[in-house]
Amino acid sequence: MSTPLILLILAIIAIVCYVVGTRHALAIAGGLSSKLHSRPGYYGAFVAICAVLPAAIVLAAWLIASPLYINSTIRGGFPEDVKAKSEAEQGLAFGMVSSLARGMDILTLDEIDRVGSNPAELRSTLGSKGVALAGDPEPYMVESAGDLNAMNKISNRIMTAVVLIVALIGAGLSYTRISHRFRARNRVERVILGALVVASSIAIITTVGIVMSMLTEAGHFFGRVPAWEFFFGTVWDPRFAAAGASASEGQFGLIPLLLGTLYIGFVAMLVAVPVGLFSAIYMSEYASPKLRSIAKPLLEVLAGIPTIVYGFFALTTVGPFLRDLSSSINGIATGDFANFIQAQSVLTAGFVMGIMLIPYVSSLSDDIITAVPRALRDGSLGLGATKSETIKKVVMPAALPGVVGALLMTASRAIGETMIVVLAAGVAARMQLNPFEPMTTVTVKIVSQLTGDLEFTSPQTLVAFALGITLFVITLCLNIYALFIVRKYREQYE
Amino acid sequence: MNMLSEAAVEKALDKKMNEVAYKMIGKDVSVYYGEKRALFDVNLNVRENTVTALIGPSGCGKSTFLRTLNRMNDTIEGCRVTGKITLDEDDIYDKEIDVVELRARVGMVFQKPNPFPKSIYENIAYGPRIHGLARNKADMDQIVEASLQRAGLWAEVKDRLHEGGTGLSGGQQQRLCIARAVAVSPEVILMDEPCSALDPIATAKVEELIHELRANYTIVIVTHSMQQAARVSQRTAMFHLGQLVEENDTDKMFTNPDDQRTQDYIMGRFG
Amino acid sequence: MTDVVSSPAGVLAKPARRDIGIKRRYAAERRFRAYGIAALSFGLLFLALLLWSVVSKGYTAFQQTMITVPVEFSEQIIDKDNERASDPQKLVTANYPLIARNAVAKVLGVAETDRSGLRAVNQMISDGVRGQLRDMVVANPQIIGTTQTVSLLAAGDIDSAFKGQIDLSVSENNRKVSDQQVGWMNQLAESGALGKHFNTGIFVNGNSSRPEAAGVGVALIGSFYMMLIVLVLALPIGVAASIYLEEFAPKNKFTDLIEVNINNLAAVPSIVYGLLGLAVFINFMGLPRSASLVGGLVLTLMTLPTIIIATRAALKAVPPSIRAAALGLGASKMQTIFHHVLPLAMPGILTGTIIGLAHALGETAPLLLIGMVAFVANYPTTPMDPSTALPVQIYMWANEAERAFVERTSGAIIILLLFLVVMNVGAILLRRRFERRW
Repeated sequence: MSTPLILLILAIIAIVCYVVGTRHALAIAGGLSSKLHSRPGYYGAFVAICAVLPAAIVLAAWLIASPLYINSTIRGGFPEDVKAKSEAEQGLAFGMVSSLARGMDILTLDEIDRVGSNPAELRSTLGSKGVALAGDPEPYMVESAGDLNAMNKISNRIMTAVVLIVALIGAGLSYTRISHRFRARNRVERVILGALVVASSIAIITTVGIVMSMLTEAGHFFGRVPAWEFFFGTVWDPRFAAAGASASEGQFGLIPLLLGTLYIGFVAMLVAVPVGLFSAIYMSEYASPKLRSIAKPLLEVLAGIPTIVYGFFALTTVGPFLRDLSSSINGIATGDFANFIQAQSVLTAGFVMGIMLIPYVSSLSDDIITAVPRALRDGSLGLGATKSETIKKVVMPAALPGVVGALLMTASRAIGETMIVVLAAGVAARMQLNPFEPMTTVTVKIVSQLTGDLEFTSPQTLVAFALGITLFVITLCLNIYALFIVRKYREQYE
Repeated sequence: MNMLSEAAVEKALDKKMNEVAYKMIGKDVSVYYGEKRALFDVNLNVRENTVTALIGPSGCGKSTFLRTLNRMNDTIEGCRVTGKITLDEDDIYDKEIDVVELRARVGMVFQKPNPFPKSIYENIAYGPRIHGLARNKADMDQIVEASLQRAGLWAEVKDRLHEGGTGLSGGQQQRLCIARAVAVSPEVILMDEPCSALDPIATAKVEELIHELRANYTIVIVTHSMQQAARVSQRTAMFHLGQLVEENDTDKMFTNPDDQRTQDYIMGRFG
Repeated sequence: MTDVVSSPAGVLAKPARRDIGIKRRYAAERRFRAYGIAALSFGLLFLALLLWSVVSKGYTAFQQTMITVPVEFSEQIIDKDNERASDPQKLVTANYPLIARNAVAKVLGVAETDRSGLRAVNQMISDGVRGQLRDMVVANPQIIGTTQTVSLLAAGDIDSAFKGQIDLSVSENNRKVSDQQVGWMNQLAESGALGKHFNTGIFVNGNSSRPEAAGVGVALIGSFYMMLIVLVLALPIGVAASIYLEEFAPKNKFTDLIEVNINNLAAVPSIVYGLLGLAVFINFMGLPRSASLVGGLVLTLMTLPTIIIATRAALKAVPPSIRAAALGLGASKMQTIFHHVLPLAMPGILTGTIIGLAHALGETAPLLLIGMVAFVANYPTTPMDPSTALPVQIYMWANEAERAFVERTSGAIIILLLFLVVMNVGAILLRRRFERRW
């Protein structure tokens, strides 16, 4: 039986158990539910849970374990000369076998008889059925594929039987436990609580997943390229992942990418910080409630626009504008209409990213500024300070730690931003300081190394994970530190 | 003694009355918060170099009136003041009058001590600095020292002027705030229940300070405690439901008030 | 000693009327205020500029130039030897662009011997007519041999020229439409054969290398699947996690760790989630690349922290008195939460969810890494089929050089922004409608 079908049957069992359990509980109580410890529905739910939960766990375990077992058995059955080959080639062979197995499943018996002995014909027949093979299958593969199908079939039968038996045993046992004093509600609630705990540990699992997956893949990378060459290398030139290319052919220096990331982030902050901060100050201290109720949501619209749209804006509007502007300025100044700002440049990407960050800076610092107690403002105003003096000399110094935290969070966003730089910063990894020239960033390189055909063995692909973990660590440190500062700041005024 | 007719005595007394110098004069002062009226045509004069206490049950408008005297009400949205308040003949709600200048002349101390999160020195120096009262560092040092002396805090903090003002005890913080107000050399100091957040010993110190400050400043103090009003003030004004009930010499007010409501309030019949 | 005391005190002596620099200070005040206004206007100006730039470039994408002419479905061209009964492939592979070209050439009066003229005519018609005419014939083979009036897609360059997006004052060699074609275009337009129609294609077509035939149909379906997956997975998991953390979790190291974790996950760059998806879902679990299932899972993980943070805030806003009342009546803690607290927190939870979904809908970077940049022309039928997403489609078109693609890209952005506006307005209405003040 297919897995969805088993799940459907389990669902039906659950419903039946619920109804039967509820009725049974009511019958025991003679129709008076007040005689029961729990509401009748809880007895039903208890029976349903007992029936389905263990069965589902068995199902999941089987689905994970059985392919692992079957695959290793099949690979163990490969001819010796195949087993002598490299891990990658064995993997390739096994891939063929599983496609073959999938294909042979859809063929009719006659067809298998007809083509079974002829690999080329088998391939073309399968191709016409929508199963593409990478090459002509070898005879041992056809055999293995047959074994694979047979084993899968047996495994599936046993699994179906075991799952259904477990479900029925669970239902039967729990059914007999129903009585007046049985605390069904407490049991059911304990299961729900368990589900809640599992749900909340998904956050942890995600983090572990991020760290583990990136460490593993980056580990493979560092097996090919020494870590110090990556972290301290000043040249980024990975070449293409050509077959047989050795790692030494590419150079994977992080420094130019990191420099580009920081430079573009710096330009972005140069735009976002003054604009965002002054907007926040104006809105929280000066603006009338009416203006605030209009301007604040409008500014937040900027935060809701997807970054791809900013990237497009940079690519088609800001970049060409800056390029044309520079060529006019140059023309007026020197008579030579060559543009000194490239359409894709640090300035373009940084400026547009800055606009994107304005709402982050303003809403974060707005929160921080309004957290400064009114008493401090009154104290200053009562001494005859003007509003701006109060803001500059009392409110802002008091809010400074919080604002710094907010700016660090914004900076981490700037470093992790991808789509704007992919479209507007350029792809040339260069070490230079002219903001009018293109530079590239860590995120751009992650995207460019991982789009297109992937081979999970070449350093050209794996380097993306090394870049990813670098990015993750940098933003993580920034965020933890920022959260720490902001939390301390809030405690101070609570 | 017969030489003096009754009329002459009256005249002399009148003259004496006229000699009383009024620092601030409030005439028909009303305050509205949006639609709600919080003060009803209050006529109250503040005498120079005198401590005037404003008493009354919670929500009677005494703090509201206090805040009109240096226009701190301006910072509250939807607040509107009508009537006329003068400071040395200047109408403080006149368009010509600048609120910053006014507050430099009429300082304020708040209910809860609110030192800035800066050093003690910077707390005091803040006012003189924004108003440009010190020409150089030496000037500023002198102002800081003098202000702390006046607030009776100098001896306690002179060795830690550059430590945070928020590290002081509540009573010290409040005296720091008073010193901060004094540093601007105001003519009038408004105090909004300055001791309500303090313990009895700290309260005694602040009251003593108020007593000393009277020589140089005109003080208006809002207080919840009748005993405090009796201890520190020479004149007392009683507010009730947004109206000024009675304004009188403190001694008279607490022994023989003119108004029945004052009598009731002082006896603790309501409040 | 007395000297020391009295002399500083003398400093405080009251000057008659002090100069406290009012003028200078008010100038500073005005300057400061002006900075604030300037900053705010700067932000709003760029918001307006951004929207204007997208709308002005993109609104024309919703119109498409069509050439409406009588088309003769010549049996000669489609099925010369009348084999269609035995070989249905015949109808699929026939040379339909030739039929379209002949039809237009006939209207324009281009002779069948004028080879360069015919080539110029051919360039005016989109290659998309192949599919268009084929579908007509396959659906109804009876029309072979008859003449039908059909609205043919004009080529992208003609479309751009007709919409005035190509500068015709430039010399003929430097632009993609010749003077002859412009002349024909105007001639057809005058006769009413060539005109702008509402462009349904942009909503329903799959991707195409020809801008005039390209649409976001596949991307819309892909995005829809992903949003569905995010909603089905992230909402229950997020709510369950929040209930545990907010109502049950003891204060210990483990729950502290979860707290810090969730706050950090909310700030992890989205591209890192793409790497996670690539390594775990595709490389380790062997799920297919380019599938909306993987995209949905990645976006779920990305949206989860947002939903958890919003849900916890909503739960926190329910006053303790409600809990006390239910517990006091003898309800269990679980009953209290599910019967009273959760329903009261629901508007806040849904608002947070919609905002999280809107964010996920616009997310591009992680989807690039899990292969959703694939060129997909056919509708995906299940979440396991190759698909693409609306923002990824925008990214792919933004990288195309042709002028007509700028218009399409902007059009797709307008569609994306409209969806976001609808979702956000929905969130706002929800909040307004159900918001409670405690």
